[in-house]
Amino acid sequence: MKNVDIVIIGGGPAGLSAAIGAYDKGARDILILERDKELGGILNQCIHNGFGLHTFKEELTGPEYAKKYIDLIDERKIQYKLHTTVLDISKEKIITTINKESGLQQYKAKAIILAMGCRERPRGALNIAGYRPAGIYSAGTAQKLVNIEGLMPGKEVVILGSGDIGLIMARRMTLEGAKVKVVAEIMPYSGGLKRNIVQCLDDFNIPLKLSHTVVEIKGKDRVESVVIAEVDDKMKPIKGTEEEYTCDTLLLSVGLIPENELSKEMGVELSKVTSGPIVNESLETSEKGVFACGNVLHVHDLVDFVSEEAKVAGEKAYDYITNTSEEEKNYINIIAKDGVRYTIPQKIDAKKMSDIQVVRFRVDNIYKNKKITIYYDDKKVFENNKKILAPGEMEQVFLKKKDLINQDIKNIVIKIEEK
Amino acid sequence: MEKKELTCIGCPMGCQINVIISNNNTLEIDGYTCEKGEIYARKEVTNPTRIVTSSVYVNGGDKITLSVKTANDIPKSKIIDVIKELKNIKVNAPIKVGTVILNNVANTGVNVVATREIKKCS
Repeated sequence: MKNVDIVIIGGGPAGLSAAIGAYDKGARDILILERDKELGGILNQCIHNGFGLHTFKEELTGPEYAKKYIDLIDERKIQYKLHTTVLDISKEKIITTINKESGLQQYKAKAIILAMGCRERPRGALNIAGYRPAGIYSAGTAQKLVNIEGLMPGKEVVILGSGDIGLIMARRMTLEGAKVKVVAEIMPYSGGLKRNIVQCLDDFNIPLKLSHTVVEIKGKDRVESVVIAEVDDKMKPIKGTEEEYTCDTLLLSVGLIPENELSKEMGVELSKVTSGPIVNESLETSEKGVFACGNVLHVHDLVDFVSEEAKVAGEKAYDYITNTSEEEKNYINIIAKDGVRYTIPQKIDAKKMSDIQVVRFRVDNIYKNKKITIYYDDKKVFENNKKILAPGEMEQVFLKKKDLINQDIKNIVIKIEEK
Repeated sequence: MEKKELTCIGCPMGCQINVIISNNNTLEIDGYTCEKGEIYARKEVTNPTRIVTSSVYVNGGDKITLSVKTANDIPKSKIIDVIKELKNIKVNAPIKVGTVILNNVANTGVNVVATREIKKCS
């Protein structure tokens, strides 16, 4: 068994940035474990542009953004192992891996950073009646087929769900010669970024039907058509509104779920709202010395924020392995209320927090002309007017250490209020 | 006079921008929160442009496809022409990020460049 200071599970944008964050703080014994054949994760199949506006102040494609980080890893000579799947992480931080060449191998880490990313919600989670014909793909699978394998999944397409990958694939399939007939979204608003609706649907006159869902998939061997119906405010299909679209392909873009099988098995406490670990100001999970960042923690819309968050996780992991003094933690809870679905982190120790602590969150609905407010116990300390707040766009607020240290504050409440 | 409501695509903020085009073609723009928004709105109602991304097949590389993009934005009306020209292209490995794959695509004056590295593979 090899001893390693910091082991990072996953070599996507979160893992890469965490490694760089740890290295630049002083860590040298770092190992990234990646199951795929190359670093970069899902960025490699996201060939569209729009990445890096925050981080690099230029508009990059996914592979270009990944390459910049891979170059930073190589410059620092940070170790990584490809084709390596993590099977288990124990409470003692022993990581069991499998790899075709080296077989079963174990590493004992001083700190672990979870950066496994997320998975697409599959068809099975949707309860759509009908046969199981070929031609039903998650949007990300279709993206990999088209962009990486150079294969087209079909010619006539219906897309269920208006998540960003679904919108991006509506455009991509259209450009590759397919006819995308409609995008149906069960919610009364899109889950994707507005800019993607403009660039991917409006540019190509692809209709977006809000408050609509697929009620039937027809076809036995291959999808032949799908039936779409309007839903009422309880999301139940309304009789008489059914419309049938002939097609050979149905793409699903119905949400992403943090992939926490490994975390769960090692006993990391997970949030019911985010499906990711509950973390403190250092992005440390309920297991000491185990940190989480990127989409395994909560699903992001922008990779730039993943990189930013992961860098902090890397720095904090280094602080953890170099700070041997055991201090008692004194947590202030961050409470998401009135329109705020969750916050990351969920609690902070004022002594341990950075001078400025970013708190990221999502709202539960579309809000127009409201304000974001922050309360320290009952005292309002911050408000910010917002023209629009949407579930598809992550928000952030900043807390200052000097306001919180040595104060007897129990709870920080973040909520949405009338202007 | 014509009124247009736009969603800025300059960044994920997605600002709502209102443009009033008067009869003598002067523009009245509001709702943007940065310079980018104003430029976008002006362009969007006069000559809308987009960066086009796609992929082409590779000969003898460690990957089947190479992802590419137009080095600058091109007129929106030329998107399909750009894609059509890329259909006939097959590139040879090795390729570096930024390598020009196609000069002056669809007579736009813009080059198509590689966005990934492809290594040679026997």
